[in-house]
Amino acid sequence: MGQVSLRVAKARAMVGRFGFPWQAAPVPTGVAPAPSTRQLGADYDTAWARRYPARLARAALLEGVMRPTMSAIASPDRRGLDRLDDLNGPVVFVANHHSHADTPLLLTSIPEPWRYRVVVGAAADYFFGNRFSGAVSALAIGAVPIERTRVGRRSADMARDLIDDGWSVLLYPEGGRSPDGWGQEFRGGAAFLAIRCGVPVVPIHLQGTGRILRKGRTLPRPSRTTVTFGDPLRADNDENARAFAGRLQAAVAALGDEATSDWWQARRRAHAGTSPGLTGPDFGAWRRAWVLGDRNRGIRRKRPRWPEL
Amino acid sequence: MSNGRHLAPRPGFVLDVDRNSPPIVFHHGEGFRMEKLPAGRSRVIYPAEPLEGLADPDGAIRHALDNPIGDSEPLRALLHAGMKLTVAFDDISLPLPPMRRPDIRQRVIEAVLDLAAEAGVDDVHLIAALAIHRRMTEDELRHAVGDRVYDAFAPDGRLYNHDAEDPDGMVVLGETPHGEDVQFSRRAAESDLVVYVNINLVAMDGGHKSTATGLSGYTGLRHHHNVHTMQSSRSFMDQESSALHASNWRMGKVIRDAGVKIFQIETTVNNDTFGREGPLALLQKREWEWSTRDRMQFLAMKAGLDVMPSSAKRKVFSSWQAPYALTSVQAGEVEAVHEVTTANVYRQHLVPVEGQTDVLTMGLPYICPYNVNSIMNPILVMCLGLGYFFNLYRGRPLVREGGVLIMSHPTAWEFHPVHHPSYIDFFEQVLADTTDPVEIERKYEKQFAEDEWYIHLYRNSYAYHGVHPFYMWYWGSHALQHLGRVVVVGGDPAAVRRMGFQPASTLQDALEMASDVVGPQPTVTHIKNPPILMADVS
Repeated sequence: MGQVSLRVAKARAMVGRFGFPWQAAPVPTGVAPAPSTRQLGADYDTAWARRYPARLARAALLEGVMRPTMSAIASPDRRGLDRLDDLNGPVVFVANHHSHADTPLLLTSIPEPWRYRVVVGAAADYFFGNRFSGAVSALAIGAVPIERTRVGRRSADMARDLIDDGWSVLLYPEGGRSPDGWGQEFRGGAAFLAIRCGVPVVPIHLQGTGRILRKGRTLPRPSRTTVTFGDPLRADNDENARAFAGRLQAAVAALGDEATSDWWQARRRAHAGTSPGLTGPDFGAWRRAWVLGDRNRGIRRKRPRWPEL
Repeated sequence: MSNGRHLAPRPGFVLDVDRNSPPIVFHHGEGFRMEKLPAGRSRVIYPAEPLEGLADPDGAIRHALDNPIGDSEPLRALLHAGMKLTVAFDDISLPLPPMRRPDIRQRVIEAVLDLAAEAGVDDVHLIAALAIHRRMTEDELRHAVGDRVYDAFAPDGRLYNHDAEDPDGMVVLGETPHGEDVQFSRRAAESDLVVYVNINLVAMDGGHKSTATGLSGYTGLRHHHNVHTMQSSRSFMDQESSALHASNWRMGKVIRDAGVKIFQIETTVNNDTFGREGPLALLQKREWEWSTRDRMQFLAMKAGLDVMPSSAKRKVFSSWQAPYALTSVQAGEVEAVHEVTTANVYRQHLVPVEGQTDVLTMGLPYICPYNVNSIMNPILVMCLGLGYFFNLYRGRPLVREGGVLIMSHPTAWEFHPVHHPSYIDFFEQVLADTTDPVEIERKYEKQFAEDEWYIHLYRNSYAYHGVHPFYMWYWGSHALQHLGRVVVVGGDPAAVRRMGFQPASTLQDALEMASDVVGPQPTVTHIKNPPILMADVS
């Protein structure tokens, strides 16, 4: 490591001998340096990733790498795609969020014509913290930076412009991956965007991705997954973003119920207002984990009843 | 639709054939023939182009359920917790060919069940109303009702095929003033509400026929599925002049008087049988509007089909699913609903035609209501030509009394052993004796209808009921009575002769044979179907 630093320093010194314009001119004394042009976080410009060469590369990556990988490790069961049959134009896809596997799974599940014309709202502070991860995210999944730690117009305006240009947007309204396997309350951003642009929202429920690569894990573990697409929803005339976000959350929860029981039972509970919530019961941590275990009883790993001594 | 442009759909029309008219494409089973019709005395009836589908089918369905027609409350008001609800729906015979997903039945059934869920209805059964047709397989049921409904109801036996031979599952509700027994599904009869989900492909479908036939059995069907009824119908596609429908309407009244409440949901689809794009799109274009690409595609397709074995061709054609679009949906009281439905069917199908003809020609396609995912055997060829296509008229038959019908179909001596076991015996045993429908009905019907083995296969395998081939033959009895001769072009001579028809190698030969009956230089009319049309003959 030390050897490398030494060589870099020597190379810089060699170039430095030639001076400007081979190297940047120093800021004169007494002059205020220009503001940094380094654009990271929410300022990262992803327009290049939506030009044809990048889209072509992304499509190749999607079909050549992500799809076989997802088939191998996620064995996805995709349901409800027929609910999108009457849908045209750009839409906002919203899904619950458990894992880094969610995005590739969704990108391989979203049908055409949206599949190759969708951008993914990604946390500006996490995915666009440096140029490398920003470029990889933008190229591989068509990520666009979304502010989640502070309120700003830039993300919202950019998403609106993209929808106006005919792009669909995939958002995780929970704001991040689930910390404990249960969902989190939906924030209002996706609902606000849909209302502002007058586009429908397609709720999607993901089941099982948390078992593949939950938050905190680095290596994926194969597991079965279910992707359930719901009926497109539109905001009512005088519905505000908060109320619409609540409706989206309820729709995703009902889809979760459909994935774990069946459509009829899920509809009955949805109408009765008794669908199992996305966020789980309001218990202490261990009891929440306990209930989640009950819910996923079928996929618990078998362990020996008594350790071999 | 023409040349790929999305213009207002053009109505059907009659082309007078002259020397400049191109050869006409005839359907010929799993293939096609190009036929040149005699100039100056021939005409071709072209179907209307597909009407535009409803922009928001699900919204239209919900609106229909909330705004019923006739003496009916909205479906929402008819549903309540603790009730017994039965949802019956049309079987595999509709639509033809099967439509692309999502099937209309799925859309409607999901909307109905969503309201039932909202009302807290627990006791729900879904029945494929197939009368004495073959049972639908899991795959076919999934296609019709969708995976969501199938997975929710089928595993515990709440979604199933109607069984007309279940002694405990059928009940006789009464008798019509004409002495007709009204047999009905016991589950439906004992329900607080029966919701019927229909697809109206042709004017014959729907109305009281949906339940009075679909949920009935041999005891009830024999009163209208018989030679007398068929020969008294002018035609059975025109319910105003159909004895078949009159009988079903009488039975519908008995069902209603017995206290069975029916909420009828009827839908119509457009004529988009072969799609506006894709390999078969040229079949719904007029020949002179084919592009270079269409012509090359047709030549390649025909060359390929000519060398393919019949099983491979059947597989290719069976895989086609029509992109039908919903053109109307109406719900409520049966008769009021059906009136609107019929008007919508006519809006798509009716083509005005002036006068009758000496010779009627038709190219029969690969599919009819009874060979979906199966083989079109000779009896079904007869039923499609002399039953369905011949009867697609209002007013008068297209061909004059004593005229000749020329059908184009391979008519292979081939039967599906699982789906059509009784057809084999009918063809080998009954038709070898006589082809007269009256004689067949008198001598053989009861024996086949009550045969234990056929009943076993109908109930436990995927076989049409033992009596079904008889009904197919009766379906053509009006045409047999009306026509002077039937000629089949390109058919298996042995199979064609077995049915009492005459085989011909070419259309020119067939026309020569026809002139023996109707005289020289006969007028010829070709009904270019499918896409479906119905001739309004003045």
